[in-house]
Amino acid sequence: MKKLESNLKNMFLSMLLICSVMAFALAFVYTSTKDEIEKANKEKEIQAVAQVLPKFDNEPVNEKYISDGLCFYPAKLNGKIIGIAVKSYSDKGFAGRIEIMVGFTTDNKIFNIKVMEQKETPGLGTKMTEPLFLNQFYGKNLENFKLIVKKDGGDVDAITAATISSRAFCDALSKAYNAYKNYISK
Amino acid sequence: MKNSSYFLNGLWKENPTLVIVLGTCPTLAVTTAAINGLGMGAATTFVLVFSNLFVALLKNFIPDKVRIAGFIIIIATFVTIVDLIMKAYTPALYETLGIFIPLIVVNCIILGRAEAFAQRNKIFPSILDGLGMGLGFTLALTLMGSFRELLGNGSIFNIKILSANAKTILLFIMPPGAFLTYGYMVAISNYIKSQLK
Repeated sequence: MKKLESNLKNMFLSMLLICSVMAFALAFVYTSTKDEIEKANKEKEIQAVAQVLPKFDNEPVNEKYISDGLCFYPAKLNGKIIGIAVKSYSDKGFAGRIEIMVGFTTDNKIFNIKVMEQKETPGLGTKMTEPLFLNQFYGKNLENFKLIVKKDGGDVDAITAATISSRAFCDALSKAYNAYKNYISK
Repeated sequence: MKNSSYFLNGLWKENPTLVIVLGTCPTLAVTTAAINGLGMGAATTFVLVFSNLFVALLKNFIPDKVRIAGFIIIIATFVTIVDLIMKAYTPALYETLGIFIPLIVVNCIILGRAEAFAQRNKIFPSILDGLGMGLGFTLALTLMGSFRELLGNGSIFNIKILSANAKTILLFIMPPGAFLTYGYMVAISNYIKSQLK
């Protein structure tokens, strides 16, 4: 077949056709993957909660509630609360939102942290997902651990060459802790 | 040209990174570690093969004056579809490659190959060209990522090569290091090329 000539009618029709076909294709893929994506996200939530708290036997994701604008996931063993996971975020990152899941045990200590979403610089800010950075928070009670990077006078060892990312991480963690403190003092 | 030469063209003779110097933005930005280079390369190769295929299929239906707009719509749609499907069915892979997918839309190599190759050639050579170019890109990015990770972090693919006490040159995983590494890589590949002649 010969190539279509570039007149107004041809250009209009071919662009109209391409755009509508592509729009339909996108709409189709979007609707057919929507449920799967939701399922995958829920699975991710369940896994994150399981990672940041000690062993529990209920389903915290189904019992989640919102306090101070953050999601709380209560974990119970034999009907007794053994810890609460809090999903927190910060918009102060180097590139986009950072989302973390923090697990607090009943003695108000951090049990574990998982970074759920971040778009920081690969190789620099992304190190916030690695144990080398995260280990410093485990088992800490934030009452006596100043959640500010050392450069700004706090107790946190920032990631080399990624101070902004480290600050954002601390911001998300402080949010989680403040919401948690508010909640348990109620 | 023979079919194999369409494929080999992108790997070495017209390597998109080292010779054509296209797609430098993702090249400089994501090669801070070897695994990132490999990930970006794999995702790009995938999109490149399919965008070349679709452009070669549709080339006669798109009038010349609106071809760029047409190609962009095809590429962007395809990238979004890949993004959604990966999110739904391979969430673990999406965790690692997810950040690179939106970057592919603005990767010049994709549009470059659509414009320079796929719209002038038949379907099969276009697929081979996409594959060759994609693998060439992957190879160059992985190599560059390995250099930078080794010099800046003492490891390759997250495996420690240098001892923990070894002094690493942090500069190499920061943006200036990207330009330095890139420059040396182009120089070395040009040297090798001149020796082969």
